Amino acid sequence: MQLSEYGFSKHYPRLVIVPRGVVAYKKKKGVVKSMSINGKAYIAGVYEHPTRKAVDKSLAQLHAESALGALADAGLTKDDVDGYFCAGDAPGLGPLSLVDYMGLNLKHMDATETGGSSYVLHVGHAAEAIAMGKCSVALITLAGRPRAEGMATGTAPRNYGSSAPDVAFEFPFGPTVVNMYAMCAQRHMYEYGTTSEQLAWIKVAASHHAQYNEHAMLRNVVTVDEVVNSPMISDPLHRLDCCVISDGGGAIIVTSPEVAKSLKRPLVKVLGAGEAPKHQMGGKIDLTYSGARWSGPLAFEEARVKPSDMKYASIYDSFTITVLMQLEDLGFCEKGEGGKFVSDGNLISGTGKLPFNTDGGGLCNNHPANRGGLTKVIEAVRQLRGEAHPKVQVPNCDLALAHGTGGSLGTRHGSATVIMERE
Amino acid sequence: MTEQKRVFPTPIADPDTEQFWSAAKDNKLMIGSCNSCGEKHYYPRGMCPHCGSSDVELVQSLGKGVIYSWSVLRRAEPPFAIAYVTLDEGPTMMTNIIDCDLDNLKIGQKVELKFSPTEEENGAPVPTFKPV
Ligand SMILES: [Zn+2]
Repeated sequence: MQLSEYGFSKHYPRLVIVPRGVVAYKKKKGVVKSMSINGKAYIAGVYEHPTRKAVDKSLAQLHAESALGALADAGLTKDDVDGYFCAGDAPGLGPLSLVDYMGLNLKHMDATETGGSSYVLHVGHAAEAIAMGKCSVALITLAGRPRAEGMATGTAPRNYGSSAPDVAFEFPFGPTVVNMYAMCAQRHMYEYGTTSEQLAWIKVAASHHAQYNEHAMLRNVVTVDEVVNSPMISDPLHRLDCCVISDGGGAIIVTSPEVAKSLKRPLVKVLGAGEAPKHQMGGKIDLTYSGARWSGPLAFEEARVKPSDMKYASIYDSFTITVLMQLEDLGFCEKGEGGKFVSDGNLISGTGKLPFNTDGGGLCNNHPANRGGLTKVIEAVRQLRGEAHPKVQVPNCDLALAHGTGGSLGTRHGSATVIMERE
Repeated sequence: MTEQKRVFPTPIADPDTEQFWSAAKDNKLMIGSCNSCGEKHYYPRGMCPHCGSSDVELVQSLGKGVIYSWSVLRRAEPPFAIAYVTLDEGPTMMTNIIDCDLDNLKIGQKVELKFSPTEEENGAPVPTFKPV
């Protein structure tokens, strides 16, 4: 099998890519057939918990309420669920405590943890499990209450456990979420001439969308001037370059085609999924790109579509720079051109070429549990169903992408991309 | 804004990194070096992340390099400059820039090693850098 058959090796010449989940084998007559998840699974239910501050609810309760919401959206009950997916925000031992709490009986479990991107990655894993016949109704949940718990989300160093091999070499220097992403922005500005004003356009676009979302934390439309004049948090990122901190949660139901077609909801088909980690490469650090450089081509290849086919994109938006780098890495524009691409409202629904995060995203709406991946899938599904707010609904939205980053762009992270189609 | 001294947490050594931190107590910055592929790496570890060989050793860095990227966390008390510094030997490492004007840091700026003490008595110091 030649990598060039997959059509992306020439665009990513430094990389060796083995398509994930693709088993190619020669049949008689030399026909190459691939196994893939394309068309093997559907997103049948989604639910975004309306709370943004959950002092009066437990973490398990938020997971369960989200699960029930997504099941109701699909028209299913908890007894239909035979696969469950969760990540590091789930309380207890992997999936077990929540499975116990919700009283689920399962054939398949997966607690893959890649931070905020986990739930985008779980959609791909759920589609794989369904394609293999391991389950037919997969539930994915997320919840958290960083506000209720008074967590200093962005500006306090996080320690992922002293046995992590990197901790001694990093923790003493005070890496936080914001200063690590700030170093990415700083380097991107240095190499490509990206400006704070260009980054600000991303927040401006998100705020244009958030004004129509009654649940959004920040509903005021902001200007480029307001973003660049907001207080500097960590050079070059200002307060308004950062996402909101919110409690809440959400859930997704992924099903087999048979189950999806038996329900009354619009059909949203999973076309392709890609995932990839990016790390420090033993000290050959390059902060100007993300793992989307790998996860994106894998997903597009499996979906047999290209970036310019997308009518809508949900892009992980912990910070403005996160969006800009991922747009480049996913191939929506050339590397280094992200600043120009996002400027002048190009991400605003109805105005721009690529409507993004029409719920207001993590920048304005919701970033539950400091993990924005699940809500990225939810808004993409709303768009594909035609159920986004009328003011931001993309006309005839039949192809959409959701992309997540989890961990830190500044050190190590997991990237996950899912491409979906309205049938 | 002049940089004020931070209190650095004391790093916890493990069997993989004990040698690194004991060298730090002698003001020596060590980096990983692979006898199989010849590449250097950071942070040092028991296998080469480039080729997979376990034939690795620590070698001393001269402690000279340039700022690859930086950011001043203005919300911290006191504000401080985190940075990645690319050593002349090749690897890029996370560190802090100290003894500097926090408003005048630049990518590409030359810096040199200066260990900073950490909070525990007899704890290993951490490798920080100051402008040349
Ligand atoms: Zn080697």
